[in-house]
Amino acid sequence: MLASYQVTPVASSLVYFSTKSGNTHRFVEKLGFAATRLPLGRDEPVLRATQPYILMTPTYGGGSVQGAVPKQVIHFLNDTHNRSLLRGVIAAGNTNFGDAYGLAGRIIAKKCSVPLLYRFELLGTDDDVANVRKGVEEFWKRQT
Amino acid sequence: MNTMQRLSRVNAINWNRLQDDKDLEVWNRLTSNFWLPEKVPLSNDIQSWNTLTQQEKKLTIRVFTGLTLLDTIQSSVGAPVLMEDARTPHEEAVYTNIAFMESVHARSYSSIFSTLCATRDVDDAFRWSEENPTLQAKSRLILERYHSDDPLMRKVASVFLESFLFYSGFYLPMYWSSHAKLTNTADLIRLIIRDEAVHGYYVGYKFQLALAEATPERQQEVKDYAYELLLELYDNEVRYTESLYDEVGLTEDVKKFLHYNANKALMNLGYEPLFPSSVTDVDPTIMAALSPNADENHDFFSGSGSSYVIGKAVATEDDDWAF
Repeated sequence: MLASYQVTPVASSLVYFSTKSGNTHRFVEKLGFAATRLPLGRDEPVLRATQPYILMTPTYGGGSVQGAVPKQVIHFLNDTHNRSLLRGVIAAGNTNFGDAYGLAGRIIAKKCSVPLLYRFELLGTDDDVANVRKGVEEFWKRQT
Repeated sequence: MNTMQRLSRVNAINWNRLQDDKDLEVWNRLTSNFWLPEKVPLSNDIQSWNTLTQQEKKLTIRVFTGLTLLDTIQSSVGAPVLMEDARTPHEEAVYTNIAFMESVHARSYSSIFSTLCATRDVDDAFRWSEENPTLQAKSRLILERYHSDDPLMRKVASVFLESFLFYSGFYLPMYWSSHAKLTNTADLIRLIIRDEAVHGYYVGYKFQLALAEATPERQQEVKDYAYELLLELYDNEVRYTESLYDEVGLTEDVKKFLHYNANKALMNLGYEPLFPSSVTDVDPTIMAALSPNADENHDFFSGSGSSYVIGKAVATEDDDWAF
C-alpha cells in the first residue's frame, strides 16, 4: 500500500513542524501542551486533524515567499479537512530576515483566514513561552 | 576527546546522496540569497553622508572597519577551519559558500568607503583598527579558538562571531536608517545581517550534532567553556562599544542590542538565553529598521496587533498550496 494512503488521526489542539535542528520542538516542549509533530519524511503517513488546532511552524528561506512555508506543512494543509480545523498560526523565525521574519505564519494566516497569533525567534525566550502559554489558553477559552 | 570523524579523503561530491538533508537545505538558502554590493545603489547615500558631522562620519567609518575585520577573519580563517571539521562533503561545500560570502561582505564595506568617504579618513580608520585594543582583543579571543585543537569550540567561536560580535557594528547603520539616513547602506547591511543568520544557524546546528555524540562530562565542559567565552567576549564588547558610542550617547542602547543578540547566539548553539528581557528591550525603532517594510504587528495575544483583521473568507483552493 502506498504510504500516502495511510492516515494518522491527530487528537491534539497544537500541531507543529520542526526540522532536524529542533528549535520549534524545544519551544513546544517548554510549553508543556499536548502537541503533535508533523512528520519530517515524505513517506510517512499523512496526519489528519480531528479537532480544532493551532499550527506552529518555522519559516524557511531568506526572504522570498517561495519556499517560506516548509513543504511538510504545505502537505498537511493541502488537505481541505485539515485546513477547515485550523484556528490560528504561530511562527518561529529570526528578525535577521527582516520583513520576512515569521513569513510562513503570515502566508498561512492569509491563505486560511486565521489570525497569526504570535512570532518568536529560534528557541524562544522564557517570556515567549509564558506569552504563548497564556495566549493559547485564553484563545481556546474565547473559542468555546 | 574528539568523537567527530573528519573526512579522510576527497571523493567526488554527490548532491543526490545526502547524509544530512540540512546541508542541501542550507546550500539552497545561501545560494538563493546570493548578492553583490554592486546591486545596491550606494551612491544615493552621498547627500545623506554629507549631512553627518565629522564625528559621526569617523564613528561610521570605524564601525565598518571593525566589521570588515570580522568578515575577513571568517572568510580567511573561520570558514576554512570549519571545513576541516566537516562531517559530510556537502557540509564542506556549504563552508566554501560561507567563506566566499564573507569575502563579499568584507568587500562591501570597501564599496561603501569608496562611494562615500575620503581615502585619508578610511586609511586612518584602518590604522585605528590595527591599534585599537578592544577590537584586537576580540579578534584574538576568536582566533585562539580557531587555532585550538577543540573542534567544538571552533564552532562555538564561529557562532559567537556570526551571531553576537557583529552587532555592536550593525547597530549603527540601523540607527542611521531609523533616522532616514544612509538608507541604501542600510539595505546592504540588511543583506549581510540575513546571511549571518543562516551562517550562525547552520554552524550551531552542526555544533549540536557533534555535541550530542560527546559524553555528558564533555558536554558540560563545552557548555562551561562556551558561556565563559561569551562572557569574556561580552566584557570586551562592552568596552569596545563604550569606546565607539560614548561620544554620541548611544552606548546604553547598543548594549541592549548586544544582550539581545548574545541570547540569539546562545540559542543557535542550543543553549538557553542568558540575558533577561529587562536588558534586551532594544529601541523599537532599531527593531523596525531591521524590517523596514513590515507594516504589521503580530502580537495578537496581547491584543496590541495593529493590522490583523479577520480575512474576507475567500475559500482557499488546493492549488493555492502548490507553491
